Amino acid sequence: MAVPILKQGPFLIASIQSALTDTDLVQLRDALVGQVGSYRSRGVIVDVTALDVLDSFASRTLRDLAHMVRLRGAETVIVGIQPEVAFTMVRLGLTLEGVATALDLEEGLFYLNEKLRSTQQTTQ
Amino acid sequence: MDDVRVPISSDLDLVRAREQGRVLAGQLGFQHSDLTLIATAISELARNILRYARRGEIVLQQAQDSGVPGIVIIAQDEGPGIPDVNRAMEPGYSTAGGLGLGLPGVRRIMDEFEIVSEVGHGTVVTVTKWKR
Ligand SMILES: Nc1ncnc2c1ncn2[C@@H]1O[C@H](COP(=O)(O)OP(=O)(O)OP(=O)(O)O)[C@@H](O)[C@H]1O
Ligand SMILES: [Mg+2]
Repeated sequence: MAVPILKQGPFLIASIQSALTDTDLVQLRDALVGQVGSYRSRGVIVDVTALDVLDSFASRTLRDLAHMVRLRGAETVIVGIQPEVAFTMVRLGLTLEGVATALDLEEGLFYLNEKLRSTQQTTQ
Repeated sequence: MDDVRVPISSDLDLVRAREQGRVLAGQLGFQHSDLTLIATAISELARNILRYARRGEIVLQQAQDSGVPGIVIIAQDEGPGIPDVNRAMEPGYSTAGGLGLGLPGVRRIMDEFEIVSEVGHGTVVTVTKWKR
């Protein structure tokens, strides 16, 4: 099942709607990394609220996604990790190291806007 | 309740096995956070089957220990087996460029863990979670 990717100003928002297969998740990663270039986006939000499991494969794929997007000059923020999912990830030893996270879409947008503003200030 | 058997040979089966585990554990009265632990353990074990043995199955059973219900997850395959099980259980050990957190992680989040593997014959991982 393909994940819809919404373009909102300088950002791309991917809202995962239901459980994903590994293939779906890899497709999402590749689509976002590609679209960051075609739309010249400055940030990516991946909303994982609907995911009831974030296991080692999903964590690694999200981490790779964030690192690839950064190499393309944009920022990624993962939003909506559910409390039980966070609990399980910690017990499994999954850290999403080096990846920005936020509580929900609104906080994610706030984070990206702040990032964008601070880079604009430093380049002026 | 009868055993639930989920054949694993594609990544869609992995999603299915996860869902079946959630349903059974829910029927057994596990609380929400445990359903997530159980579904995640199934996900790790089923993915190992898919990745290393290509096919196999997940069997879900209910258990009882002096009135306390539990769920048993058996992940079995007739794949290549694991030459050094102790190493495979070390966090960070992976022969596939993974995080190497699947097996040690599952052991940590379940109450009981057993792995039997024979090179050339296959692997059986049996884990149990008791209701709190
Ligand atoms: N069913 C299996 N058959 C054969 N080898 C296996 C099986 N399950 C695990 N292994 C071996 O044990 C190693 C460790 O497994 P583990 O699940 O801990 O990590 P991983 O699969 O490599 O990475 P991750 O699960 O973090 O994505 C694997 O790399 C593989 O060599
Ligand atoms: Mg694994």
